[in-house]
Amino acid sequence: MKKTIRIGTGAGYSGDRIEPAVDLIKEGDLDYIIFECLAERTIALAQLQKIQNKELGYDPLLEDRMKACLPYCVSNNVKLISNMGAANPVAAAKKTAKIASELGLRTIKIAAVFGDDVKSLLDFETQTLLESGESLSVLDDKIISANAYLGVEGILSALTDGADIILTGRVADPALFLAPIIHEFDWSLSDYPLLGKGTALGHLMECAGQVCGGYFADGVKKQVPNLGSLGFPIAEINEEGSFFITKLRDSGGMVTPATCKEQLLYEVHDPSKYLTPNVIADFSSISFKEMEKDKVEVSGATGKPLTGKLKVSVGYHDGYMADAQISYGGSYALERAKLAIDIIKERIQSIDLEVEDILFDLIGVNSLFKGSETKASPTEVRLRVAAKTKGRKEAVQLVNEVETLYTNGPAAGGGVGKTVTEIVAIQSVLIDKNRATPVVEYFEN
Amino acid sequence: MKLKDLAHSRTGDKGDIINISVIAFDEKDYHTLQKSVTAASVKKFLGEMVLGEVIRYELPNLGAMNFVIHRALRGGVTRSPRLDKHGKTLSSYLLEMPLEIEN
Repeated sequence: MKKTIRIGTGAGYSGDRIEPAVDLIKEGDLDYIIFECLAERTIALAQLQKIQNKELGYDPLLEDRMKACLPYCVSNNVKLISNMGAANPVAAAKKTAKIASELGLRTIKIAAVFGDDVKSLLDFETQTLLESGESLSVLDDKIISANAYLGVEGILSALTDGADIILTGRVADPALFLAPIIHEFDWSLSDYPLLGKGTALGHLMECAGQVCGGYFADGVKKQVPNLGSLGFPIAEINEEGSFFITKLRDSGGMVTPATCKEQLLYEVHDPSKYLTPNVIADFSSISFKEMEKDKVEVSGATGKPLTGKLKVSVGYHDGYMADAQISYGGSYALERAKLAIDIIKERIQSIDLEVEDILFDLIGVNSLFKGSETKASPTEVRLRVAAKTKGRKEAVQLVNEVETLYTNGPAAGGGVGKTVTEIVAIQSVLIDKNRATPVVEYFEN
Repeated sequence: MKLKDLAHSRTGDKGDIINISVIAFDEKDYHTLQKSVTAASVKKFLGEMVLGEVIRYELPNLGAMNFVIHRALRGGVTRSPRLDKHGKTLSSYLLEMPLEIEN
C-alpha cells in the first residue's frame, strides 16, 4: 500500500481550461486526475442530444481533453476519473478508446460507469418534488431525464478491475475523488469519519481553480497573482485521511487558508450535514493551516452514517425564456429606458400576451441588485426584458415587442438583441439507495 | 464601517436556495461579525430580492458564518429570468452591509 496518494483536479466544470490539467498530469507527480464536468442541468441537455444521436450525449470537450491528456496519463501512469460520460458513458468510453488508438498509445482499460438513469423507476403516484413540494405527477409527460447521484461503488469496481480511465454518468461530485482514496487505502465503506475526510477533500477540489485563488480576487484588497495562468489544485492524502492542498510552483494563483475557506462553504448549507450517497460529511470542525507558501493543511473533517436515500435530478421541459435588450445613452438615458418599460407593459396588456414571470432590468442600474438603485444619472443604460412563457409563440412575441421600440419607442434606442430559448429545468426527488445499482462496462483501444 | 471591511464572501446555489459565506479576514473579528450579522439583519438587507427564510450557521473554527437563503433566485438557475441566474453577485451586495459596531 502506498503511504500517500496525490490527486489533481483537471476541470471544475464542463467548459474549463484544458492546459492546467495537462500541466498537472505532466508535472504534478499525480496518481489520479479528476475532471468534474457535470452541472445540475447538463445531463438533461445531454440526454436530449443522445435522443437525436445515440453516439452522443457525453461532454462536448471530451475529445479535446482526451487528445491533450491521454498521452501524458499513459506515460506518467496517472489514472483519469471523470463524469464526462454525462448521459452516455458508454459512447464516451468508446470514443476515448478510439482516440487512444489514433494516438498510438499502449493498450489501456477504459471503464464506463452508469446505472444512474432511473427514469423508468420513477413513481408518479408516491414521489414528491423536493423543491416545490408538489407531486411528481405534475411533470409527467414533460420529463426528459432522471438521474440518481450515485456514490463511489461503481468507480471502486472499475478501479479494482484495473481500469486506467473511468467515465461516469451522474455521481456525487466528491465521490469522483473519494473513490480512488478508498481504493488505495482499502478504507471501509462504513468508516464514516474517514469517508467524511475524503469527502472534504473532494468538496474542496471539485471546482478546480476555485480553491487556488480563482473566483477570489476583488481587484483591491484580495490580490491573486497571475490568474491568466491559474494553476489547478493537487491534494496529497495519507491513509489516516490527513491531507494538504497545493498547486504547481510555477502556476498562477495561490492556495491560502482564505481561498480554502471560501471553497469549503461554496454550495454548502448546514456545514455539519453535507449529504452525499456514501456519508453525511461534517465540515463544522475543519481548520486550515498554512504549512508553507501555497500549501495548506486541512484537518478536523469527519462524518456520520447515511440516510439510505439518493437524490435524483429530474430534468423536464418548462416552457421558454424570452430575453430582449435595448440600450439608451446620453442625457435622459435612464428616463428613456423607464419610458420604454412603461410602453412594453402597456403593449403586453393591449395585445393580451401571457407571461409566467417577467423581469424588467436596467443593466448598469438595477439588473443585479433590486431595491438599491442610486439616484445618479448613468451615461448609458441597457434595458433588459426577460420573461418565462408557456409557449414559444409568446416568447417570440415579447422579444419582437422590444424590437419595435426602434421605430415606436423613445428616441435613440440602439443595439437590440433578442433570444428565445427552450427551458430545461431541474427538480429533485429521492429514491432508496438500493434501487439504483451501478453498472460497469469496459473498453480497450 | 461596512461588512467588506472585515470579511470576504462567496455565493453558491442549489435550486432556488443560495448560500452566502461571510468569512473574517482576521479571525479576531469573528465575534463582532457574529453580533452584527444575523439571519434577521441579512434578510432585511437583501430586502425584496429574498422571498424565503434566512438561516445562519456558525463556524468559529474558521472565523466564518454561512447564510442559507431560501427563494432568492425566482425559481433557481435552470428556470429563472434573472440576469445572474445563480445569484453569484449577491455576495458582493451583502459585503456592502453597514455594520453597527459598539465601542
